[in-house]
Amino acid sequence: MSMVADPTAGTQSPRPKISVGWIYLGLAGALVLISLLRIVTGAHDLDSSGTLRATLVAAVPIGMAGLGGLWSERAGIVNIGLEGMMILGTFGAGYFGYFYGPWQGVVGAILLGMVGGLLHAIATVTFGVDHIVSGVAVNIIALGATQYLAQLAFTGVPGGGSTQSPSIDKLPTVTISGIADPLGELEAKHWFVVSDLAAVLGALTSNLSVLTILCLLLFGVSYLVLWRTRFGLRLRSCGESPEAAESLGINVIRYKFLAVLVSGGLAGLGGGFLAMVASSTYRDGQTGGRGYIGLAAMIFGNWRPGGLLAGSGLFGYTDTLRLRGGGETIHGLLLLVAAGLVVMAVWQVRKAGRRGAFITAAVGVAVAVWYFVTESIPEDLTGMTPYVTTLLVLALFSQRLRMPAADGKPYRKGSAG
Amino acid sequence: MSTLTSPTAEPTESAAGHDVVVRLRDIGKTFPGVVANQDVNIDIRRGTVHAIVGENGAGKSTLMKILYGVQKPDSGTIEVNGEVISLSSPSDAIGAGIGMVFQHFMLADNLTVLENVVLGAEKLHGIGDGAREVIREISTAYGLDVDPDVLVEELGVGARQRVEILKVLYRGARIVILDEPTAVLVPQEVEELFGNLRELKAEGLAVIFISHKLDEVLSVADEVTVIRRGRTVDTLPAASVTSRQLAEMMVGSELPSPSTEESTVTERVVLEVRDLTLPAPQGRDLLSDIDLSIRAGEILGIAGVEGNGQSELVESIMGMRQPSSGVVTLDGRDISSLSTRERRDAGIGYIPEDRHRHGLLLDAPLWENRILGHQTREPNIAGPLIDRGGARRDTERIVAEFDVRTPGIDTTARALSGGNQQKLIVGREMAGDPVLLIASHPTRGVDVGAQSAIWGHIKRARRQGLAVLLISADLDELIGLSDTIRVLLRGRLGETFDPDTVTPQMLGSAMTGAAS
Amino acid sequence: MTPRSTRLVLGIAAPALALVAAFLITSLVLAFAGDPIGDVWAQILSLPSDRGYINIVNSATVYYLSAVAVAIGFRMNLFNIGVDGQYRVSAFAAAVVAGEGWLPGYLNTVLALLAAVLVGAMWAGIAGLLRVTRGVSEVISTIMLNAIATFLVAYLLRKVAVSDPGSNITSTKPVPEGSRVPGIHAFGETATIYGLLFLAVAVGIAYWFVINKTRFGFDLRATGQSETAAVASGINVKRMIVISMLLSGGVAGLVGMPLLFGNDYAYGSTFQSGLGFAGIAIALLGRNHPVGIALGALLFAFLDEQANPLEILLDVSPQIVKITQGVIVLTVVIAYEVVRRYGVRLEQRRVAGALHEEVAA
Repeated sequence: MSMVADPTAGTQSPRPKISVGWIYLGLAGALVLISLLRIVTGAHDLDSSGTLRATLVAAVPIGMAGLGGLWSERAGIVNIGLEGMMILGTFGAGYFGYFYGPWQGVVGAILLGMVGGLLHAIATVTFGVDHIVSGVAVNIIALGATQYLAQLAFTGVPGGGSTQSPSIDKLPTVTISGIADPLGELEAKHWFVVSDLAAVLGALTSNLSVLTILCLLLFGVSYLVLWRTRFGLRLRSCGESPEAAESLGINVIRYKFLAVLVSGGLAGLGGGFLAMVASSTYRDGQTGGRGYIGLAAMIFGNWRPGGLLAGSGLFGYTDTLRLRGGGETIHGLLLLVAAGLVVMAVWQVRKAGRRGAFITAAVGVAVAVWYFVTESIPEDLTGMTPYVTTLLVLALFSQRLRMPAADGKPYRKGSAG
Repeated sequence: MSTLTSPTAEPTESAAGHDVVVRLRDIGKTFPGVVANQDVNIDIRRGTVHAIVGENGAGKSTLMKILYGVQKPDSGTIEVNGEVISLSSPSDAIGAGIGMVFQHFMLADNLTVLENVVLGAEKLHGIGDGAREVIREISTAYGLDVDPDVLVEELGVGARQRVEILKVLYRGARIVILDEPTAVLVPQEVEELFGNLRELKAEGLAVIFISHKLDEVLSVADEVTVIRRGRTVDTLPAASVTSRQLAEMMVGSELPSPSTEESTVTERVVLEVRDLTLPAPQGRDLLSDIDLSIRAGEILGIAGVEGNGQSELVESIMGMRQPSSGVVTLDGRDISSLSTRERRDAGIGYIPEDRHRHGLLLDAPLWENRILGHQTREPNIAGPLIDRGGARRDTERIVAEFDVRTPGIDTTARALSGGNQQKLIVGREMAGDPVLLIASHPTRGVDVGAQSAIWGHIKRARRQGLAVLLISADLDELIGLSDTIRVLLRGRLGETFDPDTVTPQMLGSAMTGAAS
Repeated sequence: MTPRSTRLVLGIAAPALALVAAFLITSLVLAFAGDPIGDVWAQILSLPSDRGYINIVNSATVYYLSAVAVAIGFRMNLFNIGVDGQYRVSAFAAAVVAGEGWLPGYLNTVLALLAAVLVGAMWAGIAGLLRVTRGVSEVISTIMLNAIATFLVAYLLRKVAVSDPGSNITSTKPVPEGSRVPGIHAFGETATIYGLLFLAVAVGIAYWFVINKTRFGFDLRATGQSETAAVASGINVKRMIVISMLLSGGVAGLVGMPLLFGNDYAYGSTFQSGLGFAGIAIALLGRNHPVGIALGALLFAFLDEQANPLEILLDVSPQIVKITQGVIVLTVVIAYEVVRRYGVRLEQRRVAGALHEEVAA
């Protein structure tokens, strides 16, 4: 069963090659665009340092889940159980964080996430269980176990209850006040591009939790390990062609196992971040589907850490806009989506075919109509923004991307030759 | 079992002068229900090309997997350089200086040549510039012409094979095993490969060469070992034996040959394809302006190197791919806009090239596999329901008529051998009484007995007026069965050849586009 | 042993193995948490009260429908994780339709059932269409649709709600008396077995019949076993994917119906949730077989019912049963795989043996 692009949905386009130059150009372009939008609409909160800081906090858990998914899928194991591993992480942070201390909370989160990973690894790698089934099972078990253990651990503890832990002490944060203050002043001037840049830098230099720094570093570390070391090459070969790897004497089972363990640890860390930085307690239902959204970010990022970071940023941003701006801001996003769809439709006409382009254009027009007919989106519905965004991202990008060639396929030793 | 030098031999290049580098003694291996190897004894000498021949399923591949550490033998010993060694994984074999080029390439498409070569051997020269240098050196020294930074998926078949050879040499192999290396090559590429092998031999390496193509084997090997039913029959110098003799040793009896009899071609055109074009997402069209026609009682053979459009042609005619232009008519009726099911109902039978992926439900019983592809017709159905009894009865009939060796029709397809699976498929497709049969590599991976049976069925059907589109990489099969042969190159149909006058060399040139 | 009887024994061996393993693991968890293992199992494995039997049958009915919905997808190698969202959206729609009472008596009920099936099919169809047109994995899309369903239903509920003065629960208009499905009395208890139990049985029979006896069912199973072989055999795989998701969603729509017409008589914010995931576990346990699923549904319902008093009697969180259920999913699949591999080896030996005899004869 293929996770993403499947043979019935038309031929896959060849992998797009994006050079570093284009990336910088793209980022610069986005900055200019948003700056313009801000000045034109007067919505200075669009990219204020407050918004950007919140975006960072929202993006990191999604990114950690996605990074976990990346490690696992690069070794050929699909990991739907990230949500469950994340839930275990939130509990780990809550339990160890409250009873021992914040750093123990971090370690606890990672360890408990890894337990979930171990379960998935044993099922898929040792026993060859279908990856999706195992992932779903891990989610069920993780949820049940967490609720069970939470009830045991936190009932009767002051400030806690069966569904939440008491407050956890905060981890240290970093503020480079020498830079942060002048940046703040620059931002308040609302100048074109300069102030936006100041806001970006400001968000990165004040009130930054060490855990955030750690997590961001992990993106770079993952890239280096997976693409620049022998360990990483071997791991990736297990996801591209385990038969080739085995024929060269590589212990494919070991690498897959490790990858899934790492995957669980990363997801657990994401959960820990949720409990300790995004909030200050463990709470039942805290993860809210971020494990799955992380997978979408990974797919969006074409299974590379850089793209994943961008994707997580995107999801974090839309979620932040929803929380800070409410129905009206999301309403504004509708116009953006409509415009984007129409542009896509124009581009599709040249590549894919009339019918596909027509459908995209029709959806774009429908969204535009919705925008003009309504004033804002009801508060009840804004909650679904991250999930609708996920669907949209997947619908637009699933087909153009290239997952590791042997992703999701069962592997048995001795299949070489 | 005799081992070496027959007394009448007068080898020009005396293999006897070289040291024995690998010695297999009494090797045995059994899988559940199958004895793959038994009492196998072979001596391989340094500086020679040693061929191992046998029909499909004789046990050659298993033997080589044992030598490469992928399988452990149940009995017997392996000696390398005079020492008995135990191999429990490919790394042990690599450590002993053994390298293997598999029949199905072990390459990761999304990685570069460099990454594929250094994988597992990163200790030797690292994974960066050092490795790159060494790869370039080996490539030049042996004439392999390989660029380390190209993605493997961009390489053609011959180039990929050379990457596999380079992988083996990179690790310092002194014993190189090649499993059916010429299965995917045309005659000119085969000559290039043999040139490479002679260079390896000159450097003192031992080359073990597994094949069932006897003429090729005799042109490059110094010694030949014949394996039949898992046992070694004999080992002889290549110069002292003919391919006919080898073939008889392989099968143990008279060999069937696909020779044609008198022509059964009629006037009535069954399949006509005009101006068929299938574009690719990028670049050259997969198929351009295909024009062909097949008459009742005629077999049209399509020759071509894999990747030149054969699968696409078959899938377009079957309705599994949508061409951008062109017309397909069956018995005068335009079927270009019909679905695959409708085309099958109109009378097209299809033997797919990959029976495991396209022809069978491996975990379903045989009688359900009988229904596959024919879900809209008797005797499988009664209205919208499946007629279980009817399907089962007809499956019994097919099993009997087509000699499918199985204990019963409830056995799952996976449990049958390749030849029996293929015989079932042939029987099933013929049962629909088709007017056109598309046979794509119909005897690939099938033992000699099943092969001749399948040829017999096709020829019998042809006598009764069946039109056949035959795709095959086996030039002997093409020449032997076809009434007309055409070559498919880069998506275009080229010259027409008469099987009575064509030679494999002529076909080979046309298939690769070399000047003829 | 004939192939068929071998298959039967192997078929039973796997779930039996799985259950034993699951119970062992659950006991380990209990030990780790310091809960009294013996007492817990004594309570769980005790015989239910009369009232308990009725509850079990009722829960099993609902679980059964959920599992069949999931099983339809599984047969096609599609993972419809969205049963949870599908049944809630459908139950809401059906409750609204029933509450309006446009038609009299049982006609109203039938109309509401139709509405449920249509809405469920549509909701699942979104995922199916996304899969065939844009290549989006139905695993993620159905999960996203679950979340979206939660918000959508909450929003719509607020719009159409009729609150009972004195209660905190917002719900739709209650189903009129004449449209309610009478329950079946048993054991002289006041609580009844859902009348729509018969609907569940009918769905099960229809499932078995369509999948195993019809051409459509053959196409569906073939596509699930090998998409490539299905394409070559003339099956329109894209069409099959969409139709399967529609069917799966349609049956999912029925999941809430026994509750709606036999118990709650309205859709409110306290309508039972989480039935979708249990369905996945039960479909796997029952190996997508209509009778296996029924047994699995009864087992899960039994575990739920017997675990209820754990909190009060032994101060043990009833969530322990959720762990058991999740572990069952894993152990069941592992057990099936282990048994399957063993069965393949048996068969290979048999085939070789039979051929040897033939040759020797």
